[in-house]
Amino acid sequence: MTSTIRSSTSYRVRRQAATTRWVVRGLGLIGLALLVWRVVTVGLAESYPLSFWISQALNGLVLGGVYALVALGYTLVYGILLMINFAHGEVMMIGAFTGVFALQFFTALGWMSGPTTMVVLALLLIAAAGMLGSIVTGVTLERVAYRPLRGAPRLVPLISAIGASLFLQYSVLLVFGVSPRTYTRPPLLEGGFRVGDVFVPYTGVIIFVLSLLLMLALYLIVQRTKLGKAMRAVAEDKGTAALMGIDVDRVIVFTFILSAALAGAAGVMLGFHNTVVKFNSGFVPGLKAFTAAVLGGIGNIPGAMVGALLLGLIEAIGPSALGIPTEYKDIIAFSVLVIVLIFRPSGLLGEVVSEKKA
Amino acid sequence: MLVLDQIHTYYDRIHALKGVSLTVERGEIVTLIGSNGAGKTTTLRTISGLLKPRAGNILLEGAPIDELPAHEITRLGISQSPEGRRIFARLTVEENLEMGAFARSDKAGIRQDMARVLELFPRLRERLHQRGGTLSGGEQQMLAMGRALMSRPRLLLLDEPSMGLAPLLVEQIFQIIRNINEQGVTILLVEQNAHVALSIAHRAYVMETGAIVLAGPAADVLASPQVREAYLGG
Repeated sequence: MTSTIRSSTSYRVRRQAATTRWVVRGLGLIGLALLVWRVVTVGLAESYPLSFWISQALNGLVLGGVYALVALGYTLVYGILLMINFAHGEVMMIGAFTGVFALQFFTALGWMSGPTTMVVLALLLIAAAGMLGSIVTGVTLERVAYRPLRGAPRLVPLISAIGASLFLQYSVLLVFGVSPRTYTRPPLLEGGFRVGDVFVPYTGVIIFVLSLLLMLALYLIVQRTKLGKAMRAVAEDKGTAALMGIDVDRVIVFTFILSAALAGAAGVMLGFHNTVVKFNSGFVPGLKAFTAAVLGGIGNIPGAMVGALLLGLIEAIGPSALGIPTEYKDIIAFSVLVIVLIFRPSGLLGEVVSEKKA
Repeated sequence: MLVLDQIHTYYDRIHALKGVSLTVERGEIVTLIGSNGAGKTTTLRTISGLLKPRAGNILLEGAPIDELPAHEITRLGISQSPEGRRIFARLTVEENLEMGAFARSDKAGIRQDMARVLELFPRLRERLHQRGGTLSGGEQQMLAMGRALMSRPRLLLLDEPSMGLAPLLVEQIFQIIRNINEQGVTILLVEQNAHVALSIAHRAYVMETGAIVLAGPAADVLASPQVREAYLGG
């Protein structure tokens, strides 16, 4: 008797869930249709030249490459700890600050106006300084804000992360003030070249190529090295990993080092791209990168790369294609996120999580 | 080689091990049998450091190890094939085996042991580049045991190697366990399948609700009326 009642209730609940799912999907489809209609009637009607679209797309790829570096940090930490490191944007911002101070230092030394090799060397050292600044921040965060909460329910470290994010932002505000620091580009980075009608700035090329190289390096570390394999083992099963003789805490620290290093490089590159950095410079890019990671499937490394490049492209092309002001580009990014998640709740490349596993 | 002296382990407030004492001598196969929930797996997890005893001592070759974290205990030469196999499903078979040797840095030795494990389990050689999660239950059991051997342990802890396997496969696995022992590895074997376990072990301990209730040479335990009635179906 009870069992029939229970099963009929669960049947009704399931029916309702199915109906809701179809309503949501329907809304998603309507949203998608509106977007397409808008693109066809407004964006294409504007008849920009092809070169315009290409250069917008190139901008998008550059921004996407930087987002990818930051998104990888979210995804790596999530893969290991099942936690969103909401302070990751600030880890990047502090890298950008360290970078700008290194830039001022080398400018004072006269390296930035020296011969080309000297400038290149200085730029590399600036990137290294940014990465180091981020690594110190990331490792400290793990030790102080996350490790003591390792056994706590999942919501607790999340709140700690949000707290850490605010703490870092306002500490930087307190120490360095509201006025932004300027990333003065050396003459070497100014300018660019033309391919047909398309102007390609040097900074864009350098940022994109460096992002790709760093992503490749990360991929090789995770797939080929002993510590990378240990990272994947720890991500799957911490207890069994410890039985293998793997020091799980050390692997977690290594994960924070990798993700912070990528964020630091991204911070310096974003600094040269935007030319300024201030206390809240990490917040919006951090949010975008997080979006990109979710879009690609959080915890999935190729997913973070694909999601970020896609997000960069959409943000760059979207406003013109939809015929809306550039200030509203964030709406497009988040609308795309919502639409993708309606149809693929675990992201573009995310694994479909079974009920049991979830 | 291994001595457990009056070990008490808790899960929060649940008193899971109530003063377990046992010894394993070098070269032996010792089996720990008992019904579901008797505390066999808890005993193994306490030895390997995944659980910390609240009272009692664990000595490996006379040195206390109960305060050490799990990864350091592995480095001292105790290796575990855990209950339910716990294969890294997204790592390849080869990577799983490499993880077993994580604590070692002697490349030549690792290669040698990899060859030895693949000789012991030829099925794993065929599956070397497949993901662990795609293996069958029997193959996963072989991988779990092979992985545990990759650290070149002095003492191998095996938790329910027969679980969920067909009788023919169980026989095969136990033959391999005997081979491993003959190669000089001391074995502590936890089993619900008391009959097979007692057939290969030198000595046996019987556990009930967190305590050892019977101990002795495997043949004697096998003959005891108590065990015959409780675990061997009369």
